[in-house]
Amino acid sequence: MPPSDTPKHEQPQGVGGGPGDQPLIVFDQVVKRFGDLTVLDHLDFSVAPGERVTLIGPSGSGKTTILRLLMTLEKVTEGVIWVDGEPYSHMRRGSHLSPASEGYLRQRRKRVGMVFQQFNLFPNMTVRQNIIEAPVHVLGKPKDEANARAAELLEMVGLSDKIDAHPTQLSGGQQQRVAIARALAMSPEILLLDEVTSALDPELVAGVLDVLREIAETTDITMLCVTHEMTFARDVSHRVLMFDQGRIAEEGPPEQIFGDPREERTKSFLSSVLDNGH
Amino acid sequence: MYWDFEWTFQVMPDLLRGLGVTVQVTVFGYLIALSLGLLIAVVRRTPVVGAVLHAAMEFIRTTPLVIQLVFVFLLAPSTVSGMTVGIIVIGVHYAAYTAEVYRSGIEGVAKGQWEAARALSLPSHRTWGAIVLPQAIRKVIPALGNYLIAMFKDTPLLIAIGVAELLTQAQRIGSASFRVVEAYTVVGFLFLLVSVPSAILIRRLERRYAAV
Repeated sequence: MPPSDTPKHEQPQGVGGGPGDQPLIVFDQVVKRFGDLTVLDHLDFSVAPGERVTLIGPSGSGKTTILRLLMTLEKVTEGVIWVDGEPYSHMRRGSHLSPASEGYLRQRRKRVGMVFQQFNLFPNMTVRQNIIEAPVHVLGKPKDEANARAAELLEMVGLSDKIDAHPTQLSGGQQQRVAIARALAMSPEILLLDEVTSALDPELVAGVLDVLREIAETTDITMLCVTHEMTFARDVSHRVLMFDQGRIAEEGPPEQIFGDPREERTKSFLSSVLDNGH
Repeated sequence: MYWDFEWTFQVMPDLLRGLGVTVQVTVFGYLIALSLGLLIAVVRRTPVVGAVLHAAMEFIRTTPLVIQLVFVFLLAPSTVSGMTVGIIVIGVHYAAYTAEVYRSGIEGVAKGQWEAARALSLPSHRTWGAIVLPQAIRKVIPALGNYLIAMFKDTPLLIAIGVAELLTQAQRIGSASFRVVEAYTVVGFLFLLVSVPSAILIRRLERRYAAV
């Protein structure tokens, strides 16, 4: 990174978030390029603690990239991501910021959990092992405690009887519910949901969304959700961001975005999604 | 030309001793090939050391094993036995092949597995040890098994450095008594006696792991 791009070492103030609330997540002029392709174009937005934000938009508009940046599966090209007032994509070095080291990222991302479109359960482990792996080996929890928590979480997602099953023995919907339990076992402050129902047969979608609704109602986990399930988005999210070509085309509360979209791009996107039977 | 059974039985103990050496070289060499190959496959993914290792493996794969055996035997201090040289050279030689097998297995593990491990902040020894390698190795068991049999069949090359393995024994006994046909026939039979059951065992192992 050339010196002229050296990012500011203080989190920008007053970029959204609730009044008086310190935002939990801040994207400050974030650019992500893959080769010549600009996926995120000087993106500024922030998320308040406990806020549930749904990201919508045509494919390739950069929604998933935002989640992947927060999960540190990708690195920012320019700009800085802040979490809880501290740099996240970068680390403080003296009075300025430099790109975060692997060790720093490993520490910081413990508070972030992600559920993937393709579930990504570990097929060589049982459901229980999938869930306790990180609590035991990352947080250093005793096995008994981790097992008890796994049982609790499986009950919440309605799969208590599958605790010793292997992922391949489960339906897609069941696998995704285990994946949600696995992410929650780390007690994340931020939960990233990347099109978690897109790979499911239609009849299995409702079960997964019910679990997510319950999490939204019973916890104060901050959620960022990329989805095409507009009803779900309307029910659980506080705010909807409409993305187009790496920028936010429109944002607002779900009632406004879905009921009274102002931007042409939002209108045409919503009608295309609804036409597809969603 | 006739077959002398009595002679055949007389030399059997010597030939069986040779078979014992052959099996020992195969087993220890294979253990080296399995463990070193795995280490190489993992380390090869690092930038600089990986490139050096890759070049070294390429070199080993493109030169004949028998030349490697003679070369190392001549360079090794005289206190190191031919058998030790044989085990190490054959093990390292085959590690160059098993490393490729492991590599294909590792590359066959879905990208989502790495990402899920990263999303859970798993330390790299867990990502490798609990997630990637168990999945990768399961897939390559058949290919690894084939190299066990190939290695077993390559052990007669140790005759070049005078290790008393099966073929060396047969040649010694055969040329001393001019009964080469009997000696070599028995050698062929003994090789078959070991490799056929091994092959069956490996196929069985394959099926067991494929089923899960």
